[in-house]
Amino acid sequence: MKYQDEFRDRQLVTIMADNIRRMAEHLKQPVKFMEVCGTHTMAIYQYGIRSLLPDNVQLVSGPGCPVCVTPVGYLDQALACARDSANIVATFGDMLRVPGSSSSLMEERARGADVRIVYSPLDAVTLAQEHPERRVVFLGVGFETTAPAIAASILEAARLGLKNYVVLASHKTMPVPMEILTADPDLALSGYLCPAHVSTVIGGKAYQPLVDKFGIPCVVTGFEPADVMQGIELLLTQVLSGKSSVEIQYRRAVTWEGNPKARRILELVFEPCDAVWRGLGLLPGSGLAIRPALASFDAQQVLTIAVAEEHENPACRCGEILKGKLAPFDCPLFATVCTPEAPLGACMVSSEGTCSAAYKYGR
Amino acid sequence: MCLGVPMKIISRNGDEIVAEIDGVRKEASLMLLGEEVALGDYVIVHAGFAISRLNEEYALETLALMKEIYSPEDMQ
Ligand code: SF4
Repeated sequence: MKYQDEFRDRQLVTIMADNIRRMAEHLKQPVKFMEVCGTHTMAIYQYGIRSLLPDNVQLVSGPGCPVCVTPVGYLDQALACARDSANIVATFGDMLRVPGSSSSLMEERARGADVRIVYSPLDAVTLAQEHPERRVVFLGVGFETTAPAIAASILEAARLGLKNYVVLASHKTMPVPMEILTADPDLALSGYLCPAHVSTVIGGKAYQPLVDKFGIPCVVTGFEPADVMQGIELLLTQVLSGKSSVEIQYRRAVTWEGNPKARRILELVFEPCDAVWRGLGLLPGSGLAIRPALASFDAQQVLTIAVAEEHENPACRCGEILKGKLAPFDCPLFATVCTPEAPLGACMVSSEGTCSAAYKYGR
Repeated sequence: MCLGVPMKIISRNGDEIVAEIDGVRKEASLMLLGEEVALGDYVIVHAGFAISRLNEEYALETLALMKEIYSPEDMQ
């Protein structure tokens, strides 16, 4: 068992596609399922899942790419930190090319800023240890999958007594935007392929309130093509039976309870706050702020970060794409003016962005 | 960034492990994982941390269910 190849079997996926087609014949009206996880978006494009589905089963992408939902104002703060030669900015690689109002981290680096890509937030702590004369600013972006890792890095820096490690935090939490989107009558969603790795932490139970409140089917689904197909089968079964619940398709990695230890570490360091999402605006209680007791690790508290008014390319339709209201192909700039080499919006930058996935893997 | 992959634990030193997938090795921390793991187990590694241990029994069960062909009775 390698947990990957077995779930990529073409023959298996074909059988499941037939199943789905037969089930869909019983649908009284077309259904629209949303995935809210960048890795699902990628898998769906990469394996051409849409082309295997009948016309009355539609998949739309939601706000599942953490880099994409990060507002321009945050980028501008990160750029301001990078321009200060006292700082080393440490970040996950996919933030590098995201356009801020006037430049990107990549451009700042070309102009001499010290911007380093790290794989683990613990590497950023090591960097701070190695450079006691400088300050390391880590760009804390991501959902409940990443936030515990950042929290662990703050605890580690505290344990080491480091005074030169700070986090510019812009973490977001998942179930909140799903509520907003479920309530949107224009979208009229029929079910969710709930995120896989976010759910390893928050557990299947995190979606129960959504089911209770809106009666919308929720299936926590894995990333391999056969997983996605089974997720769709389970959603269809719920729709056809008229009963909605939280189901876990990705049982090999996700439990109902999730990962309590990761959550405990997250909660030790962060508390809920209101947060701005690109496309969705300000959502109450949808973000994570560093607790006041740990303010000395909070870049927002420690640094004075001055930024000018933010500016976003007005032609970019990322905001609508993140709500599932437009597909990349609906954007007139897609693949003509806007490409992964010269991205105009965040959705084209991150490898998990919907525009980037659509560009890379075509229809 | 949200990419997490199933990797096999090939060595362990306290809370530090080395895990491997397709010949690629990565160090990861067990700091966020509550459950016990052993060499040879697979874990999901995300941003340098193991966040979940994969359950073989459930994986096999899932595969078996996938192979089942839908029958109209399922819809009753
Ligand atoms: S194709 Fe480019 S400009 Fe259009 S929505 Fe996507 S990122 Fe924005």
